[in-house]
Amino acid sequence: MSDSTAISNSAAADVGHSHHGEHPPYQRHHFETVEQQADTTNFAMWLFLLTEVMFFGGLFTAYMIMRNWYYPAFVEASHQLNIGWGSANTAVLILSSFTMAMGVWSAEMRKKGMLVLFLSLTFILGLAFLGIKSIEYHEKWVKHHVPGLHWSDASFLNPASDPEVHKDYPGDKPLQSDMAEKTQMYFFLYFAMTGMHALHMIIGISILGFMIVRARAGAYTTGHVNYVENFGLYWHFVDIIWIFLFPLLYLISRH
Amino acid sequence: MSELDQQVDHNEHEHHIVSPVVYLTIVLALLVGTGLTVWASYIDLGEWHIAPGLTLFWNPVVALAIACTKMTLVVLFFMHVKYSTRLTKLTVVCGLFTFLALVGMTMTDYFSRAWGRW
Repeated sequence: MSDSTAISNSAAADVGHSHHGEHPPYQRHHFETVEQQADTTNFAMWLFLLTEVMFFGGLFTAYMIMRNWYYPAFVEASHQLNIGWGSANTAVLILSSFTMAMGVWSAEMRKKGMLVLFLSLTFILGLAFLGIKSIEYHEKWVKHHVPGLHWSDASFLNPASDPEVHKDYPGDKPLQSDMAEKTQMYFFLYFAMTGMHALHMIIGISILGFMIVRARAGAYTTGHVNYVENFGLYWHFVDIIWIFLFPLLYLISRH
Repeated sequence: MSELDQQVDHNEHEHHIVSPVVYLTIVLALLVGTGLTVWASYIDLGEWHIAPGLTLFWNPVVALAIACTKMTLVVLFFMHVKYSTRLTKLTVVCGLFTFLALVGMTMTDYFSRAWGRW
């Protein structure tokens, strides 16, 4: 992925001509045309995203198999998650995808102020997501629901000992101790999947910070939008992962 | 069909700028989808007893169907695949196919290990 440079618009007007020495400065020499460069980097970005699909796919498959094996444990453990926070985070992330898409549009339309605005909004929404996630993680820590580190079976051996959750799910029966300890597998996968997702968010937010600084200096709005566009693909991909994590972890075990 | 294909080929190398109206429509659809999936999770949609010991619960099926629809909207419009080159479209479809093949074959294995001993 090549970075863009602040250049004059006359150079960008040369797009499509490959006469040596007359191409815009952001066109790398090993590409015939700017279009070829854009198609190639776009293709490369998609290939990277496919490796990410395979990576998260392993986690999703593990979740599916474990949920089938230890179904009662997974159902009662998932009742510990707060659907309100989960829904709020889903909305935050979807909105951040929208502001990111608008950022790409601003770059394409060469609107520098709008680009900085939309990248900043995406940055803030990304931080909001992590903020909500950390509230949820904190709650898991307080309730001793961090497997291997800070753990207690109490909520599952005796659901009535956990009145907050018990009032929403009065039908939850006490689990046998061997099944109750399997709730750790649910929380392990919960932390692995949402943690990996959060790590992707942190990386994305860091790159966004870099892009905001560059955009303020005039980058990306001179006809060369590859960098913003390909970063957008990454950001939307992370959004898609959450679109699946949310129902699988929070919703499907209500009934 | 062939005329349309030619047109697509012709347009392939023109950078397509997606309008904010499209983005706004999609984000609203995604938010409605989120509301719908939360609402559906509060309703018991029942189950289908396919065979003794083999039951399909409708709640996860509906939740995943809504998630797949949302993913499709994000991929087609936010990620510009609808307006992308055939190479990109083929790449996305190949990735999805490989993912489903790997998950599907893994699941057939786990599903059939204890066949008849449910």
